Amino acid sequence: MMDPLSLKKLNAARAARRAIALVSDLGDGRDRIVEEGNQVAGDLGAALEKAFRTGKSGVIEAEGREFFVNIHLPPPRLVVIGAVHISQAMAPMAKLAGYDIEIMDPRTAFATPERFEGVQLDAEWPEEVLKARPLDAYCALCAVTHDPKIDDYPLKAALEAKCFYVGALGSRKTHGKRVERLLAEGVPQGAIDRIAAPIGLDIGASSPAEIAVAVLAQVIQAFRKREIATRMAAV
Amino acid sequence: MSEQFHDDPLKVAEGWMSEGRKVAVATVVETWGSAPRPVGSHLVIDQDSNFEGSVSGGCVEGAVIADALEVIDSGEPKMLEFGVADETAWRVGLSCGGRIRVYVERVG
Repeated sequence: MMDPLSLKKLNAARAARRAIALVSDLGDGRDRIVEEGNQVAGDLGAALEKAFRTGKSGVIEAEGREFFVNIHLPPPRLVVIGAVHISQAMAPMAKLAGYDIEIMDPRTAFATPERFEGVQLDAEWPEEVLKARPLDAYCALCAVTHDPKIDDYPLKAALEAKCFYVGALGSRKTHGKRVERLLAEGVPQGAIDRIAAPIGLDIGASSPAEIAVAVLAQVIQAFRKREIATRMAAV
Repeated sequence: MSEQFHDDPLKVAEGWMSEGRKVAVATVVETWGSAPRPVGSHLVIDQDSNFEGSVSGGCVEGAVIADALEVIDSGEPKMLEFGVADETAWRVGLSCGGRIRVYVERVG
């Protein structure tokens, strides 16, 4: 029997883009809600941690009982700052990989619907767009404009929102200057260290499309290997 | 990975509950072979056989609804299994050759 309160909690968490699991004991029919970050002991806790990481639901045996774990992860959002060639290549790739991609760039010469057909595109300052659609832990942010006026604010916002991936385009020298600016604005060093820079896995990418592959691969890696809050909360 | 929230079965179930309807939730808990709907998929049913969602893309929904009505009456959850090897295959088998286990429980 499913507790009506469990159903309400489940729907509320999903609407708020929080990861949640409904755990049903297939023996006695009772269920419980576990949110990412809740502490669960023993084999069941270990199985839940794995399920939160992979997003895979399934039947598990633990403590001599049979449970069904139904995992609900928020669909990951990939937010790209900069309507450049890399983002043009990334848009179809991200969709194929199962990511909702959205692109922001206040430079209207770049952010044209013709260059980004069928993609969520905002020709506005990221600051404005992110006020309406805030970042969260199930977002990846890639800043690829090279322009501090456009990139810096969303980078800070992504670190604050604990986005599972934060990447910034630019050489080591460019990134060095970026680190100085962020430190000056009071962003902690530990947070700044989370920025993937130079952006993308090191596959020697050269063309915009190759860089897009490298970045997307790094985003996928960050998502599949991300820290699961249940582990950190475990005793 | 986008979700359609407006016809989301679990949202529909919550809405039905708030209207005072009796509701059962059917969930795919295991699949073997080429099952048409993934583990975790839901079909929700009310006491008048209204339903939303899918556990098989149409092959076995009729049978699941019939069992769900019993579950709504008794309150006792049921585990259902469907597949081509099933003796009822002619009536409610999965044409795709897969096999699925479906857990049906009443809400409340």
